[in-house]
Amino acid sequence: MPVDAKRANLPPLSLHVPEPQFRPGDEVDFSDVAVPPAGEQPRPDTAADPGTFHELAYTLVRVLDEDGNAVGPWNPRLDADTLRTMLRNMALVRAFDERMFRAQRQGKTSFYMKCTGEEAVSVAATSALAADDMCFPSYRQQGILITRGYPLIEMMNQIYSNKGDKLQGKQLPIMYSARDHGFFSISGNLTTQFPQAVGWAMASAAKGDTRISATWCGEGSTAEGDFHSALTFATVYKAPVILNVVNNQWAISSFSGFAGAEATTFAARAIGYGIAGLRVDGNDPLAVYAATQWAAERARTNQGPTLIEHFTYRAEGHSTSDDPSAYRSAQEWSSWPLGDPIKRLKDHLIGLGEWDEDRQAAQDQELAEMVRKTQKDAEKNGILGHGMHQKFETMFEGVYEEMPWHLKEQMQQMLDEDDAAGHPGPKR
Amino acid sequence: MNMIQAINSAMDVMMDRDPAVVVMGEDVGYFGGVFRATAGLQEKYGKTRVFDTPITECGIIGVAIGMGAYGLRPVPEIQFADYIYPALDQLVSEAARLRYRSAGEFIAPLTVRSPFGGGIFGGQTHSQSPEGIFTHVSGLKTVIPATPYDAKGLLISCIEDNDPVIFFEPKRIYNGPFSGHYDAPARNWSNHPGGEVPTGYYRIPLGKAAVTRQGAAVTILTYGTMVHVVAQTVEETGIDAEIIDLRTLMPLDIDTILESVKKTGRCMIVHEATRTQGFGAELSAVVQERCFYHLEAPIERVTGFDTPYPHSLEWAYFPGPVRIRLALEKILKD
Repeated sequence: MPVDAKRANLPPLSLHVPEPQFRPGDEVDFSDVAVPPAGEQPRPDTAADPGTFHELAYTLVRVLDEDGNAVGPWNPRLDADTLRTMLRNMALVRAFDERMFRAQRQGKTSFYMKCTGEEAVSVAATSALAADDMCFPSYRQQGILITRGYPLIEMMNQIYSNKGDKLQGKQLPIMYSARDHGFFSISGNLTTQFPQAVGWAMASAAKGDTRISATWCGEGSTAEGDFHSALTFATVYKAPVILNVVNNQWAISSFSGFAGAEATTFAARAIGYGIAGLRVDGNDPLAVYAATQWAAERARTNQGPTLIEHFTYRAEGHSTSDDPSAYRSAQEWSSWPLGDPIKRLKDHLIGLGEWDEDRQAAQDQELAEMVRKTQKDAEKNGILGHGMHQKFETMFEGVYEEMPWHLKEQMQQMLDEDDAAGHPGPKR
Repeated sequence: MNMIQAINSAMDVMMDRDPAVVVMGEDVGYFGGVFRATAGLQEKYGKTRVFDTPITECGIIGVAIGMGAYGLRPVPEIQFADYIYPALDQLVSEAARLRYRSAGEFIAPLTVRSPFGGGIFGGQTHSQSPEGIFTHVSGLKTVIPATPYDAKGLLISCIEDNDPVIFFEPKRIYNGPFSGHYDAPARNWSNHPGGEVPTGYYRIPLGKAAVTRQGAAVTILTYGTMVHVVAQTVEETGIDAEIIDLRTLMPLDIDTILESVKKTGRCMIVHEATRTQGFGAELSAVVQERCFYHLEAPIERVTGFDTPYPHSLEWAYFPGPVRIRLALEKILKD
């Protein structure tokens, strides 16, 4: 390798390739993860200048302390019913995930993705939005649908691609779409929803509407160019949008260092764009609620967008196609310093005297039973692999509003193939 | 009107008729566009309906998709077709698929306007014809006008259409038809019937080609600037060619094409875009499949060469009158 003689006294350049702290088999010690005490983070006015968010972009907004008490200026002071509803929704998300993960393992569907450990970032955030605010999720915010009362059976029908699937079996499992519940069609292409959410918010503002939008992506996909475009548009037009970055530490097998986390926080990205940035304990449902409520008020009063980094941990594999034991230590989740969002909210409610372990156990049982029963109902509509559940013609419908000649021709070809094959599909 | 004025008029008409129509893109607002296509629109309709954007093509299209999901009818401009690539993911993975993947819950009624094509010494990044990339994407429509009259009528149809449309504007003929003789004096639209453009609302249906010259000897399928280059060459050679301006590439007007080729028995395809896997290959395939027993000669493709668009050698690259004449002589010899 040639070395410039003039610089022979300097060490050669070296390329830094990030490496996570722990690999399979390693003893995990998260003591260097900075966890500031709950309640110590300032809560600025929702009209505060974006230039004043430096501290909030580098700390963690936390409400629930180590003993489960809600403390500090970010305490949203929710009534017990609201807290119990949030707890129930988070528990339902987890029960649903457990059941559907197992359904995939049983071969009833091709694919599933859990959000274990991240239930607060969708459930608590959605609880702080109005029902008609528009959500542009990634694939790991099933809690939005559950919080908004979307029927579980519709989710399952989609996962099974069965004859009840409103998306007609066109989409990979969990790529839900629920317009009536303010839930934008999920795409497999990462972060494309970010500029779309900004555009929706801009449209709402341009029309003098009062609705806002919220969008979610993982920390890994903040590296996509769409993230930059979205933040640029959001700040330029002061779009009424909440930009959520769910930093769960892992993008499949890549730790957050490959998205830039070694050098800074994801909330700090907001600073350079002139956007208000909050970094929040993503396993603290009250902090997530409070931050979202704050950002929603900021957006709704024409003060512009907010970027919220939810600092959390992806407790399970990336998907049913992933085996995390191949790239990270199995101890990470149990060692995670911010704990489990469900347990933390449960402990808080128990501390308030508004809940107890028996009720929790009874609720867990009730939810598991409800999910199981719904699953049975969904399976009456069919499961993947047990024949083809959609009318074959639906494959060609919806490419365009009206079917052009070449698709009609191809549809006829397919129907002829069906005839030749002895009609394996549903009657047409 | 010239083509710029016709396009401007189409947006003006549609913005006046439908408050959901919004125009956005780099330099389209106050300045009125680098080609003046949006001149005066911001002053007339306000900044929330006609606005300048940051220089981010993926952002422009992504934001437009979100606006469409809200219920608006965005008309985003990409300043040059050569710069549409950063937006490909949003166009291919999102706009084109949104209706399908949501089973109709969400649609993307966008009209993406973009100047395209060469003949203006635009070099590598102001001359490309990337239509073949978009006709390959199910869910997108691709429209290319060849006259001011068509440009306005087609653009109005595109804006009213509920599917995402790529509307490529042949910038070589913004100001006048182009004969292909690059050293001849420039012409303007005032003496061309296609330059007569009504000021009000009218539409030209998508998916309908125009037979711009009736003939018996050979069918020439073309679009955009090449419609005029072909017409000039046909006139000079005296060959009785039937010229079809496709106008909409996707969905294609197959009936008009088949009727003509079955009549003439010969088919030639002319486009500026590079040859390999260009749109001409699809045209050639559908004609071959459907007119095989009517064909008296192999289908000819006259196209740009398979190189990046050169600057100094533009007129050696451009599929001009000589290349078209030689191909015509060849196809008629058999």
